[in-house]
Amino acid sequence: MKNALRIIIGVFAAALLAVVTGVAYIVTETEQVVVTQFGRPVGETVTEAGLHFKMPFVQKVNRFDKRALEWDGPASDMLTKDKTFIVVDTFGRWQITDAKQFFLRLRDDRSAQSRLDDILGSATLATVANHDLIEVVRTSKDRVPARDESLAEQDMDNDLKPVSKGRVKLEEEIFTAAAEPLKDFGIKLLNLRFKRINYHPTVVGKIHTRMISERAQIAAGFRSTGAGEAARIIGTKERELSRINSEAYRKVEEIRGKADAEATAIYASAYNQSLESAEFYQFVKTMDLYKESLSKEASLILSTDSEIFQYLKGATGAAEPGN
Amino acid sequence: MSETQFDINELREKLPEFNLGAIKWLSIFAIAASALWTSFYSIPADSRGVILRFGKMQSALITPGLHLKLPFFIDRVYIVPIERQLKQEFGFGTEGATDSSQYSRFADEQIAEKSMVSGDLNAALVDWVVQYRITKPEEYLFRVRSPKDTLRDASESIMREVIGDRTIDEVITIGREEIQLTAREKLQELLDLYEMGMTVQQIQLKAVNPPREVKSAFNEVNEAQQEQETSVNIANGEYQKIIPEAKGQADQKISEAEGYALQRVNEAQGDASRFNAIYTEFLKAPEVTRQRLYLETMAEVLPQLGDKTILDKDMQQVLPFLQLNQK
Repeated sequence: MKNALRIIIGVFAAALLAVVTGVAYIVTETEQVVVTQFGRPVGETVTEAGLHFKMPFVQKVNRFDKRALEWDGPASDMLTKDKTFIVVDTFGRWQITDAKQFFLRLRDDRSAQSRLDDILGSATLATVANHDLIEVVRTSKDRVPARDESLAEQDMDNDLKPVSKGRVKLEEEIFTAAAEPLKDFGIKLLNLRFKRINYHPTVVGKIHTRMISERAQIAAGFRSTGAGEAARIIGTKERELSRINSEAYRKVEEIRGKADAEATAIYASAYNQSLESAEFYQFVKTMDLYKESLSKEASLILSTDSEIFQYLKGATGAAEPGN
Repeated sequence: MSETQFDINELREKLPEFNLGAIKWLSIFAIAASALWTSFYSIPADSRGVILRFGKMQSALITPGLHLKLPFFIDRVYIVPIERQLKQEFGFGTEGATDSSQYSRFADEQIAEKSMVSGDLNAALVDWVVQYRITKPEEYLFRVRSPKDTLRDASESIMREVIGDRTIDEVITIGREEIQLTAREKLQELLDLYEMGMTVQQIQLKAVNPPREVKSAFNEVNEAQQEQETSVNIANGEYQKIIPEAKGQADQKISEAEGYALQRVNEAQGDASRFNAIYTEFLKAPEVTRQRLYLETMAEVLPQLGDKTILDKDMQQVLPFLQLNQK
């Protein structure tokens, strides 16, 4: 047991010593190493993490990152095919897949970044210049936007503009264009994406003006719809009012007319039974008329001719009673 | 402990000529102390450790607590806070963050982050937060260089992709929930593709606004919407004020007419019955009845009259003497 421990400790100590003296070197999980002898690469690229050996003093260790590396492109001004001035900011990810080639061509990360700037920058510029702005903005071809129901009526033209390729397709195009020339540097391009796409400050004002006018149009639509609906309601009100009143009038007159007719029929059937009844009716009604129309205010001058005073001058009567 | 003992032996063999007492013991002590010092490490409760031995990753994750390792650079420990909820803010920044990648320090950069173009080519300002955790330490540590910066780039890219496929109305009002979910999903896909070892818990949209210059125009749309409702409400109010009353009045008139009709017919029937009754009697003795009715009427009427003047039918020219209208 103690022996085993001693052996293990001995091995580690020896390794430690080897590293310190330059016989061995450590490659971590994030690294790959190109060993050079008098500046010339020798042997295969070391990608396996762990302890490795080399000749001391003569051979030199050149470390490169094994991980996926970031590339954040500079924001650059570009003109789209439909002549809109935009600022495009892309980012990509890349990896050193051929470290020897990378070592020979670029040597370090900084020169790699500047090469990536050149190649990806010009590929992006070419692709953007060949497409309308909307192609860079949108992704899906057939997405139907959700609509605000309350806005829908006013907002008909505020729709998603159609695209033929879309953002992801364009990213692929740039990727394809740039991947090949980068291979020559021992670099594998993993991915490229648009990070930011914005209107150039010089056109922002115009965009704002357009947005304002669109909104004004929507607002005007609401106001006019409101006024229209109100007018419709008032119109309905007037119509209803006329209908109600006229229908009431019609019904009233119908009811009254019917009653009048019925009453007239009743009267006629009673009074018009015979000549006598008609004459009697006239008489009775006249008597009623007298009762109703003659009052204190009325003065009456009567002649002794009249029936009631015919006896005033004699019991036999002054005249024959009128018939 | 035992490995330091070994160092002493090793040094003794290697440096026999430096047998200068004090220096020897001092250097032995220094090496022993630093070896001891670099043999202990502790992992906080919210983290896990990954050990690289001579640069090579050891498979097991180290759990929280105090641990021993091989000294110096033989074993190197990376501590990854896998339980901690981390976040990144875009378009704004909460002061006091310890993580430098949590937000952009410069106002210009924040404005650039939040400015984007919607699918109907309108400009919008979007602030959002990405909440994430490091779930695979080995990917996080060894597959990607500067994973947090990459996360920032990826998040911005995904948010623009999602916003670029939506109308300004969706972005500002109705689509927020859906945008959050879609962006989260897409960002996770991208992070998996990149092997970042991160899990996106949530994406929250904070402020979503039209550009400042356009804001009043957007507000005006809201106002106009309110105005529309108001004018419709007023018109409806007027309708409600007038129509039910008119209906009631119409019903009233009809009821009155029906009343009139009843009265008219009843009266006619009454009149007719009365007449018929009298007429039946009249027919039995026409002359006398006529006389009687006439006289009865006169008896009733005459006393009520004011002035009564009776003229002899034989008297002529009496009119001039009459004083009519004495009042």
